[in-house]
This record gives sequence, C-alpha cells and structure tokens, in this order.
Amino acid sequence: MYEIDVNGEKRQAEVEAGTPLLWVLRDTLGLTGTKYGCGIAQCGACTVWVDGAAMRSCQFPVEAVGEAKIVTIEAIEQDEVGRKVVEAWVEAQVPQCGYCQSGQVMAATALLKEIPQPTDQDIADAMTNLCRCGTYNHIASAVRRAAA
Amino acid sequence: MNDLSPLDVASAAPLLPAQGVANLSRRGFLGAAAGALVLAVALPGRRALAQAEGAGAIAPKPGTRVPAFLELRPDGSVKLLSAFVEGGQGINTAMAQIVGEELDVDPARFEVECAPPGPDYALVNGMRMTGGSFSTRSSYAAMRRLGATAREMLIRAAAARLKVQDGELSTEDGKVVHAASGRSLGYGELAAEALLLQPKEDVALRDPSTFRYIRKPLARLDVRDKSTGRAIYAIDQKVEGMLYAAVTHAPVFGTEPEALDNEAEVKAMPGVHSVHRLPNAVAVAADSWWRARQAVEALKTRWSEPPKDGLDAMSSSFSSEGLLSTLKAASAKGLPSETEGDADAAFAKAAKVIEAEYDAPYLAHAQLEPPSSIARFNPDGTLDLWVPNQMPELFQTLAAKVADLAPEKVIIHSPMLGGFFGRHFAYGPANPYPQAILLAKATGKPVKVLWSREEEFLNDAVRPLSFSRFRAALDASGQPTAIEVKTVGEGPTARWFGAILKTPVDSSAVEGIVEKPYAIPNRKMEFLKIAHPVNIAFWRSVGHSMNDFFYESFFDEIAEAGGKDPFELRMALLKDKPRHLNLLKAVAELSGGWKRGPYDAEGGKRARGVAMASPFGSETATIAEASLVDGEAKVHRLWIAIDPGSIVNPAIVKAQVESAAALGLSSALFEQVVYKDGVRQAKNYDGYRILARDHMPEVHVAIVESGEPMGGVGEPGLPGVPPAVANALAALSGQRVRSLPIANTKLSGA
Repeated sequence: MYEIDVNGEKRQAEVEAGTPLLWVLRDTLGLTGTKYGCGIAQCGACTVWVDGAAMRSCQFPVEAVGEAKIVTIEAIEQDEVGRKVVEAWVEAQVPQCGYCQSGQVMAATALLKEIPQPTDQDIADAMTNLCRCGTYNHIASAVRRAAA
Repeated sequence: MNDLSPLDVASAAPLLPAQGVANLSRRGFLGAAAGALVLAVALPGRRALAQAEGAGAIAPKPGTRVPAFLELRPDGSVKLLSAFVEGGQGINTAMAQIVGEELDVDPARFEVECAPPGPDYALVNGMRMTGGSFSTRSSYAAMRRLGATAREMLIRAAAARLKVQDGELSTEDGKVVHAASGRSLGYGELAAEALLLQPKEDVALRDPSTFRYIRKPLARLDVRDKSTGRAIYAIDQKVEGMLYAAVTHAPVFGTEPEALDNEAEVKAMPGVHSVHRLPNAVAVAADSWWRARQAVEALKTRWSEPPKDGLDAMSSSFSSEGLLSTLKAASAKGLPSETEGDADAAFAKAAKVIEAEYDAPYLAHAQLEPPSSIARFNPDGTLDLWVPNQMPELFQTLAAKVADLAPEKVIIHSPMLGGFFGRHFAYGPANPYPQAILLAKATGKPVKVLWSREEEFLNDAVRPLSFSRFRAALDASGQPTAIEVKTVGEGPTARWFGAILKTPVDSSAVEGIVEKPYAIPNRKMEFLKIAHPVNIAFWRSVGHSMNDFFYESFFDEIAEAGGKDPFELRMALLKDKPRHLNLLKAVAELSGGWKRGPYDAEGGKRARGVAMASPFGSETATIAEASLVDGEAKVHRLWIAIDPGSIVNPAIVKAQVESAAALGLSSALFEQVVYKDGVRQAKNYDGYRILARDHMPEVHVAIVESGEPMGGVGEPGLPGVPPAVANALAALSGQRVRSLPIANTKLSGA
C-alpha cells in the first residue's frame, strides 16, 4: 500500500513496488488524462509533475514518489501558468488527434514555470515529446504565445 | 479469424443500404482508377431485406433521415451523429460546419459523436468508412441537404404553432423567427413536432456566397478537451466489473502457443484472474493492466514451429531484405496497369535510355495511442464492443462472427482515435477486439485488452514494402518520349477488399505511377503481384506514399539525363494541364520563386527539390529545401500548394497538410520496419525512429480552390514530400536516393 499526494489530495494505491506511477494514476486512481504511449520514457505522453518537474511517469516507480507532490493534467487549470498554456493551446489550435497533448501541455507549463521567456533553443530542449500528427510548429507557437 | 484471407466484405453488405450514393469522384473508391472498381452496393443483403420485411419499411437513402443524425436540444445545442470517426483530422468540426450552415445553428454549439452502425450512414459510395480521404467530399452534398431539410421542417412546425404562413418565418441561429410579430421559437422547443413532419425532397440550399461557416477557419470543437486531458479515447474507457488483459503474440507471425510451462506460477502472481491461450497469442486477465502485463511477460510459452522458408506464410528465415531481392528478381510479366502509345517503338529509336530501381520499406502506423478494445456480454444476449475502428458496420459483422452472434446483437462503440493514419481498418490478427471477445467469453466478465507498445510494433499491419523498375526513352533534344515501369509486390486493397476489386491490377499498388499528368506520349506500366507473408495495411496516402516518391524522383533523373531543369521540364510537360500548371506556379510563388541551388544560406549549402502528386481527388505541388548536417539530411522548409477543388475549413485543411507533410518527411528520413529471421527488429520508438521536433521543418501551405470536384484533404499533403526532399538532396549532393528511408544512404557533404 502506497499513499501519494496527487493534485493536492492524499490517495491510496494497493500496488506492488515497481508499478509505474502512470498505471497507478490511470488504473488505480482513474486519472486517465495522463496517457500511455511507449512505456520507455521515449514519447512523453505520460508526462506529469513530480514536485514541479516534468517527469515521464511510465518509468517512475510508485515507491519513488514518497512525499513528492504529483500534479497531473486534470489539475492543470488550477495552476496560473497552466491556465495560460491551455488558453494558448486553444488559441493556436494545437491538437489534432490530441493523444500526446496532455504530456505536451504538462511539459510546456513546467518549462514556462522555470523559464518564463524561453528562447527557441529552450523550447527545443524542453519539448522533446513525440507527436505523430506533427503539431510541433503549433506547439512551439503556443508556448511562445503563453510566454508573451 | 486469424488468417490472412481477404475480408468477406460481401458479408457486411447486409448492413449496407439498398441504394448507393452517386459515384464520388473520377477516381472512385479508395483511389481506384476510374471504372476499375464498382462496389456491390446495389444488392440489398439478407439482413437489410429481413429488416425491411420485418419492419415493413424500405432501407433509407443514406444521409437523408433527420432523426438519425440530429438531436435538437432545449438548451439550443445540437447533437450530431456523424457517419465518420474523429481521429485528429477535424471531421467532427467540418460536419458541424456543413450541417450548421444549412440548419442555421452556430457550429460551436454542436456536439458531434460517431454514429452507431446503420444504413443511414453509408455515405461513402454506399459504404461507410472513415478513410481514403473520403469523409468530407463524400458527404458534403448530403449533409448540406440534411441541414436544410431539418431547417425547413422546423419552419413548418413553427408556422403551425404560431398560426402563420411558412413564408413569414425566417431562422436565426437556432431559432425560428416571426419578424412581423417579434415572436421566436427555439429549435429545441420545436424539435418533437418538426420531426413528425414529412421531409420535403426539394429544399433550397443556401447560396454559397452567403456562407457564414463553410469556408471559414472556425475553431475545432475538440481542442479544449484535448488540451486539458478530458478527451476520452478507447484506452481510457472502463466498464463496471471489467478485467484488464495483456497479451504476448507469437514471436513468428502465425505460430500457435503449444504449451505453457509455468502456468500455475503465473496464476499465483498478484491480481491475476486467469491465463489463456488465444489464436497466435497468450493472454493474462487480471485486476489491473500492469499486473496482467507483468504476468503475461512472465509466461514461458512454447510455440509451434514456423515454416523454414517460402513466402506462403511467415518463415523463420524471412527477411525484408530477402523479400526485396525476390521482388527485384521476379522476371514474370505483369499485368498492364497503364498503356498509352507505343513505348517499344519509342525505346527502339531513343537517343538515350535511362533505367533505375526504386524501393521503399514496410512502415508502421506508430500512432501514439496503442490499440485496445473492451468486450462485454450483456444478460439480454447482446455484446457491447468498444473498438477503435474506421468501419463500424464491417467491425460489427466481423465481431458477430467471433462472438457467434447475429450482427444486430453486437453494439459497436466507436471512440475518438488517438491517431490512426490507416491503423484502424479490419486487419485480422492486427486488431485486438477478437481477443477481447474471446476473453470476455472465457472469463464471463467484461474484458479490456490493451496491447503494449511493443506488441503494437510487432503486430501492427504495415505499409507494404514496395519495388518498381523504371525506364525512360529520351530524344536527341532531351525530351522524354516514353516511360516504362514494372511494379512488383502487393497492395492492401486487393488483400483486404479483394472481393470487390473488379480488376486484377490492385490500384493501391500502382497509384502514383499510373495516371500521372505529364505529356509523355508513350507509356507502358505493368504490375506483377507477389503476395507478402506479412500483414499489410493502408497507411496514410497508401500507394501514393511510396509511388510518388519513385515516379517524381525518376522524373528528376529524366530531367538530369536530358540536361533540363526539373521544374522547367514539369512546366513544359504540363503546358496543356491548366490545373497542374497553376498549382506548380502557386508553389513556386509561395517559395519566393523557383531556385534549385545549391545556394548558400545560414552558413551552409542548401538546395531545393520539387514534386507533384495527384492523390485522392486532389492535386499537390511541393517544394522542399534541404541541407546536409554531418551527413544527415535536414529539411528546413516545405512549401505545399494543394488544390482540393473546394474546401470547408481552411484552417483544418492547412493543419492536415502540415500533419501529412510531417508524416511524409518522417517516412522519407527515418522510418522502416525491418524483418530478420521472421521477426520484426524494432519494438518501440527507440528502434523505430519517427520525426521529432528537431527535424520538423517550417511548413507553408497554399490552398488553391480550382472549383473542380471536391477532393480529399487528410492524405494528399504526404506524397509530394519524400520525392521533393530526395530531389533537393540530389541537387545538393549529386547523390540520387532510390531506396527509403534516406537515413540508410550515406550522403556526402556538398
């Protein structure tokens, strides 16, 4: 049994050590906004914040969470920067299939909380999530819009 | 269930309507050559007849029954049941725009859902599918008429209620208005009465010059939900009391599990409910997917032996390299796929003859959402199936067979797709729903099967590896007088829809090589079928995805051999094709004027390549700008002019073209499914490289509306990109890439 802090609430999970945080969020806690894409931290669809840092939850074992505060896409609009990012995503009409976008929004918001005025290189370095619809240019424009 | 035989599409005919719709385009279904393919939709099937007799009704003409599509709610919102499934292409928004325009309701107040199976939705040549870039062009006229029909019924209902003449009423964004008395009634208040009225056959449509929604870049309906994690995909669905199942497929495609050495041990693992043998796979059902996956991966399974060699089934010695050699060595004569003039005579008197061989690899769809399905048998004898799919009626028929139920007992739910690109057609063992059905049956509980990313890369149906041999004859002035192409391989249309192909030449194997617009007077194209022991698929832009690369690259070789500029040669050979010529000029203008290079830019050498394509009823012209960085191709900018005849939403068209271009570039640069010893080598994105941000170029799109019949939009942006890039690289380095992906060729710096 693990107790973890997710979106400001203490939640219990009856899972084995080694269970990725992703599956605790999705199947145990029913927070399906965080997506499974690859399971090997390649695609970034599962990105959440662990104490404010963007982390790929598919490779983050539940026992490593400890006291850390987990934030998922479900709580993104409770964050001031997150709200701006969501608005920028809507204004720039970023998503197509949308499946990777939870992870993209989490990564973008984490970036802007750390670097409010990112350069193109900062965006390139931080936004490594894959998008099979090829929305990369719209993502970059939304990040710049949210930073403005 | 798990064989590779073509689908019995005729068995889905019972679910198709008695009357088809008019032929959609000159290219016909799935981009087949005109007249090459006629769907057998005129025959009402057994079930339609039975239903018709039972209900004493006639099957509806698709797209005409208002209640099958529209729910007008008291709050002023509209629910639209769409014939199509949304998977990123923006079809839900486009449908809302088309219907909303004529109904007179702001599309922003629409909620759009994929309709359940039924003959009302058979809008693609009398069938129902989301694919072939057919959705908007096949349904545009019917959906406008549907909206207008509903609006007229609402006006009549309001006239009765207000006791005035129809002619005194108008509508205003969801309300019927009586201007003289200042009274108005919301559509929601009138819906029940309106739907009882007999629809008029001949309602007037809006004058396009007064369109408020069609042709406008309206915001997409699903963008906010997709930006906040609220959009629900198949993988997110959950039903009461369900088990989660994980599977491991046979290491060599087609082999069977013969024995499980540690079943008892695995059954004792945490959360495990049961262990199962399935056709070509083993499965574990558990109380969470992670536990199911841990358990299934711990299973020690002994599999049946695959054949040692041959191409009848996947063998333990099969390799993609070996298959390519087989295709290259095939000496049998093919069937003519296009014949014009006298190519033999032209070659006999040619001043110069050039030849080249082109090939392209198997490709995975690699959509970000791994496939899943939920099956639930209900106490009333029905089966609920949540299944990602592009053809609800066909999946219903196929699922009914697996479940041993009548098709009408199978309730199909078609969730939003986390990318598809052709992934979610019915591909036999490449779909997880049969496993969900078998496991739900075996366990007596609802079961959700989810494939791990690794299982998906190993078992996805793939774009076929392809090969074509080209020859061209040039006269003394360097003009091409003849072109000859032999294509060897197999296309997905014959594999999966063989029963309805009326020609032995599979259009999906040769499209992009035949029906090119250039004035090369003598043409001799042939197709030799060699079936692959591999599960093959439709992949965004299908045959065009490799054939336009082959043809348009070879075109540049012709120009080179004749001492001509490749852009100028295209202009010359299209001088009597105003639509193509116009598009070629448009893309040149978009890129700031044609220049091939190499030229200096940002501290390095760059060059440009051009390519044309005629996919899915649309036309495209593409220019790519590339450089070499440490021997790796880098594409900086793409300019694409697309002429889809006419459009519904320019913002969605541009987004689709950019998306298709990204996929085209990804396939050109990196992608390949490689087989060795009967097994695919890449199991995840670390081994199957797809385009990431660092290789995404600027994409500039120009939409040209020629007014020709409406063409497709989702796929046409793709085929021009690989050849435009290869042509740019040839201009830059002098090296001609004839085998994809480009990453396999060592390019020397310019």
